[in-house]
Amino acid sequence: MAIRERMSGNEAIAVAMKQINPDVVAAFPITPSTEVPQYFSQFVADGSVNTEFVAVESEHSAMSACVGASAAGARAMTATSANGLALMWEVLYIAAASRLPIVLACVNRTLSGPLNIHNDHSDSMGARDSGWIQMYSENNQEAYDNTLMANRIAEHPEVLLPVMVCQDGFITSHAIENIELLEDDKVTAFVGEYSPEEYLLDKENPIAVGPLDHFTYCFEHKRQQAEAMIQAKKVVLQVSEEFAKLTGRKYSLFEEYKTEDAEVCMVVLNSTAGTAKYVVDQMRAEGKKVGMIKPRLFRPFPVDEITAALSRFKAVAVMDKADSFNAAGGPLFTDVSSAMFAKGVFGPKMINYIYGLGGRDVKATDLELVYNELLKIASTGKVDSVYNYLGVRE
Amino acid sequence: MAYNLKEVAKKPERMTGGHRMCAGCGAPVIVRQILRALKPEDHAVIGSATGCLEVCTFIYPYTSWKDSFVHNAFENSGATVSGAEAAYIAMKRRGKVKEETKFIAFGGDGGTYDIGLQSLSGAMERGHDMVYVCYDNGAYMNTGIQRSSATPKYADTTTSPAGKVIPGKQQWRKDLTEIMVNHNIPYAAQTAAIGNMKDLYEKAEKAIYTKGPCFLNVLAPCPRGWQYNTPDLMEINKLAVESCFWPLYEVENGKYTVTYKPKSKIPVKDFLKAQGRFKHLFKAGNEGLLEEIQIEVDKRWEALLKKAGE
Amino acid sequence: MSCKSCKKDQQEIPVTVNWKEITKGGTISAAGNAHQFKTGDWRSMKPVWLVEKCKQCLLCYPVCPDTSILINEEGKRTDFDYDHCKGCGVCVKVCPFKAIDFVEESK
Repeated sequence: MAIRERMSGNEAIAVAMKQINPDVVAAFPITPSTEVPQYFSQFVADGSVNTEFVAVESEHSAMSACVGASAAGARAMTATSANGLALMWEVLYIAAASRLPIVLACVNRTLSGPLNIHNDHSDSMGARDSGWIQMYSENNQEAYDNTLMANRIAEHPEVLLPVMVCQDGFITSHAIENIELLEDDKVTAFVGEYSPEEYLLDKENPIAVGPLDHFTYCFEHKRQQAEAMIQAKKVVLQVSEEFAKLTGRKYSLFEEYKTEDAEVCMVVLNSTAGTAKYVVDQMRAEGKKVGMIKPRLFRPFPVDEITAALSRFKAVAVMDKADSFNAAGGPLFTDVSSAMFAKGVFGPKMINYIYGLGGRDVKATDLELVYNELLKIASTGKVDSVYNYLGVRE
Repeated sequence: MAYNLKEVAKKPERMTGGHRMCAGCGAPVIVRQILRALKPEDHAVIGSATGCLEVCTFIYPYTSWKDSFVHNAFENSGATVSGAEAAYIAMKRRGKVKEETKFIAFGGDGGTYDIGLQSLSGAMERGHDMVYVCYDNGAYMNTGIQRSSATPKYADTTTSPAGKVIPGKQQWRKDLTEIMVNHNIPYAAQTAAIGNMKDLYEKAEKAIYTKGPCFLNVLAPCPRGWQYNTPDLMEINKLAVESCFWPLYEVENGKYTVTYKPKSKIPVKDFLKAQGRFKHLFKAGNEGLLEEIQIEVDKRWEALLKKAGE
Repeated sequence: MSCKSCKKDQQEIPVTVNWKEITKGGTISAAGNAHQFKTGDWRSMKPVWLVEKCKQCLLCYPVCPDTSILINEEGKRTDFDYDHCKGCGVCVKVCPFKAIDFVEESK
């Protein structure tokens, strides 16, 4: 019997962490993820967890301590946002290359500059090449569920890669919504024990982690790391299937919303997908055949599945809450459109909207604008402009 | 038990030959002795910052370390080992690990005085049961002898060269040992490899087996960067100590003890003259610079003696 | 005493190893396997142990950066490990009894 509760996205992450009860949490506060280590510290202080909480002096040290802990054989978790994630940058790469299954809750916030505490995806998008698995969450339920699955995915012997679970800062992290929690014992059973084959604390089998790796061997290590990311997709599906049996909540690589007979589609991450669903419903009521796809797994990027799902549409708008400043299109757009081309899916016209940067509010009317543009493209076959900004004052 | 070189010699060797450190490097000499201070039955998790020690002792697929070893990045040896120590506490509590394990983080002066200072400070402040050992060779040696805040004043380095107008590094060394003392940790010490290694061994033993965060600052002469004849390593160490350029002392719970007082303190120029990185100071006209250094060495030595109540 | 070489530290990872077989993340479990890597060919000068002059004071073994003066089970120094000795000469200078000679490495 699930536990019905109501809480913010941050609290949901903290509760998931409490139930997972990792060995080590090393975290440093940064808005809007601060509440995660705060809630967690209270759990520690109250004896609700067996975790060693390391109140590190910076995010660089947070990830460094997680690397040390994970290499030592412990289950290690942390949380951060924006510049905290940026400060961890070199260590993120090291964690992934060292094949350490660390789990990080990324409460998405704009990367400076300028300084801005509100939501966009520039932080996690900036880390997309770090070798971390990335999962995106529309609301507190998804953030909670993704976190519960994260350790299982990370620790799978064919994966052994760190996982980042993303959700929108303030929009879902600070909004109190209904949620269904799993019972503690069910989480414990589902998450299981972390039993690495090799770990620093193994006296019988001491290991050395983090070599100087010259050109003779380095490339093979990177290829091996690439393979782990390739295998991660099927592991995400396997773990999600198991999770569905346990909770009834089904997760795949992405969510498709009213796409079966849609002519046009919007691809959008996290909370804005919620607004998009509302707009889809409104427009469908007017007889417009619109649909939405919300990616969940962004790294690894599920090329085959996404291109297959998008192939049926006449026009697709990929929404990016981050800009690559490549004068061409945002990160999600780049991945989606290059996948389409590589798979020979030339049917749909592809356009990109950069939206919501710095926490600019995204309104239903903004998304309606996008759908109307898509429907126009669908009927005329003409694209005026590929790389667009939505909601900025012109 | 009183230090006995011959007894200590029977202890197991925890660092093998086959690493790529320069012939005559001061660092592995001190590392070997420090590790020897571990009880043979204890497991160790050793961390190292990027630097000469790490890149020479752990080149895939070889490792010189017989214990567990972890390298992360340049500035985070303190944080990384503190994470491993936290893991140990958690896993021990759950019964997943039973053995007595000691945590030792190494860093050069680069990875400790400068880029790694924050990470070291945080680890010490949080009270992790670990030792941080700085092997101080007075410059960023691994990347080609660039100045650090540990470089002695007027030393010639590749980013503070002794040129026509500026005679080497313009700043006095940072006193890191004192900074660590002021973290109010149970044990902080400055030591070097001299004589039969008693000072180094005893301090290493104390640091490893005192509960809580402990710090050792160890002089590590570099034949390449300091420009002296390779076989002279132990002589250089001796000159550094006998001139009081590198005082040997320890601070236990705030109490200072000078562990070696030279019978007759030699002028610091004897130490400087032995190294090519100071040869410009011996040109005519630079006598004032030598005097400056002597005054500063004396000042710091007197201040130390005062703290020790002497 | 010589380090006991167990099966683990004898493991070879050949330069031809492919990506499927290479150890994950660059982690090595053959602790101390560096002793397989011979650095003796770095030498241009070579220390020679003059046994008859040696008083077994043991001041030489700890100053070797390359662990090339080994101590046997009786706690006495044995001959140089020429596979690893780099010929730095630190031990030569440190010996109070001139029991270590320093000669040119013969080709």
